[in-house]
Amino acid sequence: MGATTRWKLILVIAVFAIGAYYLWPTYNYYFRMTPEQQLAAKDMRGKIIHLGLDLLGGMHVVLEADLTEVPKDQAADALDRVVEILRNRVDQFGVAEPVIQKQGADRIVVDLAGVQDEAAVRNLIGSTARLEFRIVVPPAVANNVVTRLDRELALRGAGIDSADMRPFSGKFGVFYNAQYGVPTGAFVRDSDVPAVTGLLAQAKEAGIQMPEAEPLWELEPRTIANTPGRILQFVNRNVELSGDLVTNAERRFDLDYERPNAAGVSMTFSNRGATRFAQVTKANVGNHLAIVLDGVVRSSPVIRERIPGGRASITGSFSDQEALVLATVLRAGALPVNVKIAEERTVGPSLGRDSVHSSLVAAAWAAVATTLFMIFWYKGSGVLAVVAMVLQIFLLLAGLAALRGTLTVPGIAGIILTIGMAVDANVLIYERIREEIRNHKTVRAAIDSGYKRAVITIVDSNLTTLIAALVLFQYGTGPIKGFAVTLSIGLFANMLTAVLFTRMVFDLITSRRRLETLSI
Amino acid sequence: MQFLVNTNYDFMGKRNIALAVSAIATLIAIGSLIAHGGPKYSVDFTGGSFVEVRFDRPVDTADLRAAMTGIGLGGTEIQKVGTESDYIFRMPEAEVTAKTRELLQGEIANPYGLIEHAVKKQLPEVRSELRRQETVGPKIGSELRDRATKAVLVALVLMLVYIALRFPGLSFAVCAVIALFHDVILTIGVLSVLGKEVSLTVLAALLTIAGYSINDTIVVYDRIREELKAHRREPLDQVINRAVNLTLSRTMLTGLTTILSLIALLIFGGTVIHDFAFTLLIGVLWGTYSSVFVASALVVTWEKWRATREAGQQGRRRERQAARPA
Repeated sequence: MGATTRWKLILVIAVFAIGAYYLWPTYNYYFRMTPEQQLAAKDMRGKIIHLGLDLLGGMHVVLEADLTEVPKDQAADALDRVVEILRNRVDQFGVAEPVIQKQGADRIVVDLAGVQDEAAVRNLIGSTARLEFRIVVPPAVANNVVTRLDRELALRGAGIDSADMRPFSGKFGVFYNAQYGVPTGAFVRDSDVPAVTGLLAQAKEAGIQMPEAEPLWELEPRTIANTPGRILQFVNRNVELSGDLVTNAERRFDLDYERPNAAGVSMTFSNRGATRFAQVTKANVGNHLAIVLDGVVRSSPVIRERIPGGRASITGSFSDQEALVLATVLRAGALPVNVKIAEERTVGPSLGRDSVHSSLVAAAWAAVATTLFMIFWYKGSGVLAVVAMVLQIFLLLAGLAALRGTLTVPGIAGIILTIGMAVDANVLIYERIREEIRNHKTVRAAIDSGYKRAVITIVDSNLTTLIAALVLFQYGTGPIKGFAVTLSIGLFANMLTAVLFTRMVFDLITSRRRLETLSI
Repeated sequence: MQFLVNTNYDFMGKRNIALAVSAIATLIAIGSLIAHGGPKYSVDFTGGSFVEVRFDRPVDTADLRAAMTGIGLGGTEIQKVGTESDYIFRMPEAEVTAKTRELLQGEIANPYGLIEHAVKKQLPEVRSELRRQETVGPKIGSELRDRATKAVLVALVLMLVYIALRFPGLSFAVCAVIALFHDVILTIGVLSVLGKEVSLTVLAALLTIAGYSINDTIVVYDRIREELKAHRREPLDQVINRAVNLTLSRTMLTGLTTILSLIALLIFGGTVIHDFAFTLLIGVLWGTYSSVFVASALVVTWEKWRATREAGQQGRRRERQAARPA
């Protein structure tokens, strides 16, 4: 064994020892621990390869904050506050290991693994949660507003026609009657809802003033006289009490006497809030109190007497999950600005499982096909190339663990591609050695010049691919980045295993004895 | 086991046929792109929603279409995928937002909720499960498109610079990039003819093809460079032809092993990876073809053309030297 070979051997062993050191926690975590142990092993989180949302199942959401109404110097603050409140909400809702971070000037990225109910989560992070208590205006006032709306819109040639339900004379066409159990507001048939929504938007655009009341939809659908529809409430513009005076909120199942076991949300006010609530209820006995969340009326109970205890509750057609989300967002507080979901990528748990399974199966088949092919083609040297391939995958995963990378589906594709390139490197070298042997060189000389010449090509080709991978990493987003990371690590591993390692093995073999023929 | 050893196919003599084939294929690809108004971009770039749903029993695409039309989302594209009862729905973003507000009383766009709602009305007994959902707002869509364009341009320029530094004369670098464009355009052309869409994943595949194409071309060019040094007096087309023949076994072997791996990905990789693997497969086929027939043939054509032009100006004596890249 020559001195250079010995140094190479030491280098290779050292590299693999370091690789094993980085890969050990990942192996331990995924193959030797029970799910309970995994949950408990919080200190290992920073040392293992994480699985991406596309493999685990989960949600990736990009929120865009509307900062147009915030002064420029306070915009960054507002965004920080949004992140903090979102983190509170997500933590309280109980999602493990959430990733919530700012991106650019007005965006927030939220990554949640293993989410079961995506609709609930969307409400959890997407709703502003601006809670307001407002008084519903008396029917006469609402009537005035509707009549005026009707007239103004008729003048502009707008309006809808619903002849069979027209208590008002104009074209506004809403049905409004206390005798059907609609004490306040206007009943709108389902078929008319889009048109009425359009009219309200038009009225707003046209600048029609409605200082005495604001029309807001009630959340819960109603059926009156066998006709499904919704209620349009007219509420006072004055906000009597808002969500920042709520100190606690919880989901409960005992709030509605008429519907036992129905989910609802019970709120507790701060001292100041309790005093204010008592005043408001005292002054408005007999009126309806609208509980408005993000511009939608959640319920509008009648105030029967002054309420001194500092508690209020929201009931209605909640699913258990919705009540939990609402309680959570009320507890964590309202967002200082509105946010909009600009991008959402959700992978259901079953697809995640399927992806893990199918990537593993595909990788196994690719490996088997390549192994058989290489051994069939290059015999003994083929076996060496396959060993190099296995070591390359080992190093790649170790590199991923060391960089705290995340394994995604495109990442696995990147791994498979670098395996292809590793095989290509060995094909290049072996074809060249064969050519040199055909030119009547000795085995030793053929190996020497085969490597010398092929390595130039391998470096050229790996470098150009690395350029592409680095550019992908720089400009790519989410899935593409995962691909670029494994591809880049794989290319480095490639140089170590397909070139350095195989060369060393050839050197070890030929240094012991003079070979007349080579199994290639 | 060996094959394609000591071959001496006259690739360069037949180069005009290959170039003609490539030219026609490129025309078809561009024609298809023009006819379809550019590549068919996915929601990643146009904005909108992409939802993959699994139903618990076989359903008819026509019924699903009727269900979506029933809630006023007739513009939804519906497509069956995979072997189970899996369907993909593609919807424009603005309509999803409006319909969510109207039908689900929600303020936040909920495309899967809408599908659930529609299917419950039309096919009450069918249960569904969300497989994946991607919603991209129009602003992010155009941003992703900008970033992607930038990535492609930067990658191309950097690779061009690298080759120009590593190989003699401009002809190699330019011809390598032409071969690369050839592979990528023809792959996009196949996607366009088959009506497949270009998503972020497909874009990653296209960039990988660019890398692969350059890689393949470089292997042949390396050999040409080596042969040029060893045989200084031989005409260029003969040297290049020998280099292509000498690397032929490697080109075919690597192409074959890569294609084997990609077929494994295509068959077993599942729906998420399917488009990626398919695009790569097409690209690798074109890439293998172009590294034998296009990249080197172009260099010969280029240098011959330059030689005849200079020969006209400077006489026949210098023709042989001019036929070599500087």
